[in-house]
Amino acid sequence: MSDGIVYWLQQILNALQLGSIYALIALGYTMVYGILTMINFAHGDVFMIGAFFCFLAATALGLSFAPTLLLTMLGAALLGVVIERLAYKPLRNAPRVSAIITALGVGLFLENFTLALAPYPKHIPPLLENVTWNLGGVSVSSLQVIIIFLSLGLMIVLDYVVHRTPVGMAMRAISWDKTFVPLMGIPVNLIISITFAIGAGLAGAAGTMYALAYPVIDPYMGIMVGWKAFISAVVGGIGNIRGAMIGAFILGGVEIMVAAFFPSTYRDFVAFTLLLLLIVIRPYGILGQPRIQKV
Amino acid sequence: MTLLEATKVRHFFGGLCAVGDFNLDLHAGELMGIIGPNGAGKTTVFNLITGVYQASEGSIRFKGTELVGKTPHQITALRIGRTFQNIRLFRDLSVLDNVRIAHYAQSNYSPLEALLQIGRYRREEERIIENSQRLLSIFKLETLAGETAKNLPYGMQRRLEIARALAIGPELLLLDEPAAGMNPNEIDQLMEFIQWIRQEFKLTLLLIEHQMKLVMGICERIKVLDFGETLAEGPPEAIQNDPKVLEAYLGEGPIG
Amino acid sequence: MSAMLRNHWDGLLEQRWLLPVLLAIGFVLAFAIPEYNLLNKYVQLVLMYVGINIILAVSLNLVNGYMGEFSLAHAGFMAVGAYTAALLTMKVLPIAAYPGLFPLAVLAGGLAAAFMGLIVAVPSFKVRGDYLAIITLAFLMIVKSVIENIDYIGGPRGIPGIKRLTTLPWVFFWVVVSVWAVRNFVYSKYGRGVLSIREDEIASDLMSVNTRRVKFLAFMTSSFFAGIAGALFAHLLQFISPRVFDIIKTTDILIMVYLGGIASIGGSILGATLYTGLMEILRPSTVAGLLSWLPEMIFDPLNEYFIRHLGVWRMVIMPLLLVLVMLYWPRGMMGLREFRGFIPRRDREAHHRLKTLEKQGTP
Repeated sequence: MSDGIVYWLQQILNALQLGSIYALIALGYTMVYGILTMINFAHGDVFMIGAFFCFLAATALGLSFAPTLLLTMLGAALLGVVIERLAYKPLRNAPRVSAIITALGVGLFLENFTLALAPYPKHIPPLLENVTWNLGGVSVSSLQVIIIFLSLGLMIVLDYVVHRTPVGMAMRAISWDKTFVPLMGIPVNLIISITFAIGAGLAGAAGTMYALAYPVIDPYMGIMVGWKAFISAVVGGIGNIRGAMIGAFILGGVEIMVAAFFPSTYRDFVAFTLLLLLIVIRPYGILGQPRIQKV
Repeated sequence: MTLLEATKVRHFFGGLCAVGDFNLDLHAGELMGIIGPNGAGKTTVFNLITGVYQASEGSIRFKGTELVGKTPHQITALRIGRTFQNIRLFRDLSVLDNVRIAHYAQSNYSPLEALLQIGRYRREEERIIENSQRLLSIFKLETLAGETAKNLPYGMQRRLEIARALAIGPELLLLDEPAAGMNPNEIDQLMEFIQWIRQEFKLTLLLIEHQMKLVMGICERIKVLDFGETLAEGPPEAIQNDPKVLEAYLGEGPIG
Repeated sequence: MSAMLRNHWDGLLEQRWLLPVLLAIGFVLAFAIPEYNLLNKYVQLVLMYVGINIILAVSLNLVNGYMGEFSLAHAGFMAVGAYTAALLTMKVLPIAAYPGLFPLAVLAGGLAAAFMGLIVAVPSFKVRGDYLAIITLAFLMIVKSVIENIDYIGGPRGIPGIKRLTTLPWVFFWVVVSVWAVRNFVYSKYGRGVLSIREDEIASDLMSVNTRRVKFLAFMTSSFFAGIAGALFAHLLQFISPRVFDIIKTTDILIMVYLGGIASIGGSILGATLYTGLMEILRPSTVAGLLSWLPEMIFDPLNEYFIRHLGVWRMVIMPLLLVLVMLYWPRGMMGLREFRGFIPRRDREAHHRLKTLEKQGTP
């Protein structure tokens, strides 16, 4: 293959890896928004905590990859539920702004609390033997393959849960109408907790994979990655699960392209400008539907 | 003299036609009622007149000025006031401030005069307070000026909303279901009251109402709407006996 | 007894001589404190930070409290003001020869920030709530990212060696100006327009309020004073970098606003003062100083395991405080209420005279 094609295939592979991590986190944003019309600003920090859980499981408990991933997802899911119950539930009927501020506060609390306990960046031990294959000039690592396919697998499972199971049906019902659904005997609080658990669990999985791919972690790592995931959710149309996945791969692709052509410090600039333009021009994203305001 | 004229107004929500072909010819000083089944596009018509929605097609003229394409505050500043079907007061503000806010277009001082408290600021502010207090006392709300709007009982909130609409100094007042939630006795009072403010403020009135007693009692002309299109139009007696109306909207038998 | 005191207090507030006298005392103190070292240098420094934070909180309250929008851009406006003023004093104005030009630099910082406020106001015409929060946050990130990518202004390393030109009298002056301006704005037709937007934007428009113009004015006034505060801040800290003006800085200001109370100038002053004070008290050195009278036996372990780590833990307390305020005190200490002295006499009388009638009976 020519050098040009090899180069681009390599970039596409990188974009897929970045995009799948964004997608796993973006799903949490979009699910919570769908069900509560609330932006969970603390979600990026749940991802960060996931990475630290992974560190603990791998070093203190000395676990291997699969149990580490499982434990991390469970831990993150639990954290998500606790945050919802303690901080968001009391504000469900308060003005929207209160919930946004609270979410920001929770996020900052998680960051600084982690920083107080772990003042220095942590190194994640390699949990997987990383093999690099050379496919016609394109180097593919086993880690990349695992990240991409595991993420895709989790997304397929989620898509199935949301569209094919009673729990998923209840979620969609609540996001459709919050006044009458409780009257139909759907346990709203339980479904909301499950939503937070699933979203946070996926963020935990993303944390693990991110930590394996970029093995130095610190308490502030969740801010930027979280925001990028959020942008992905907005690109796809917030509240729309399949949109979030598509949006994540688009953003991953854009970022890799920007990094290929410009100094890498422009990445954030481009991502946030994209967000800004999108919100002003097409706030309901690629797959979202515009809402008509009733007077 | 025609005050408000709408010709061939159409409006779509997405692909859905909410108002098909709305025409209106409202004379100065007239009191006209709009009735029609739920979803007939009555409130949509109000929203089109006041600029909340932009008409997809057609023209709406007030005293010869085209309203389509103007923003709500521009239209309101031409002295068209309105109330809302479900009361929309500024709930957390005082009764006085609710009325004072509606003086925005009728008061004349620049941001710089406001920041430095110079020039026309003082005189205009005093005038706004004076006029607000006058309106509040007409509506017997003057003793509640400092009260938060949301603490008022329902009937008073309705009155405050009309007072607020009058504060913009309207020539044309649009009332969206003013009698909603009232008992027959209160409706009688409201009818008297509407007649009185009409005289006092030299108003032209257009009102949407479901309460036949009120519509038939005070309106000089009634327009029956369905999907924004006029099904029938005429004085109350004619409407009451119009077979088309009876069939399409009011069901069998005479009404009253 | 307390009623009598209250009457005296209210009577005092009505006196026309009160405000000029208080201002004069304030200025005399602001000049005398640094001149004669009436307070130690550290306390003077804290006082100046309190002042800058009051300017920030009062101006942010205009958008987040009075208008009910949720802007996260305040630190971004502050950065614009800080960088503009710092570049002027370091590279353009002959400050070395004539320090009297400093106010010009501060003013320029405010104007540059106001211009940015104008730009941020535009998307607020179309979007509200969470989406506007995101837009303002994107603006903050973009400002930071742009600064990081311009080498001329130091890039990510920032600008060191800024002259210390901010003095107590200047801080006091700008606190007075910002409080006065925001108060005048709020009690004008434009300010009432801002309030009506918070309550119901569509109804506001239908009551003839030019909502776009009002939003422009609110954002511009708010960002102007954020720029002023940034300029003062840069010439006090003597070092600025993009990291100084990140989301954490915005969160600081948000806490002051929501702790003190939304839509209240008095609340913002209270919030800024209390919060800045609290954060200073929680510094390890301050706590160690305050507790130094303890016997060594108790002090040493306390210091070893607790006080020394306060520097980190106060960063944990800060967001926790914000969440607790939101959960249990969503409108803050003075939410939607105002210190009487800030309400114009005309407004008080119009509300008050009629309110007293109420006691005689409602129809």
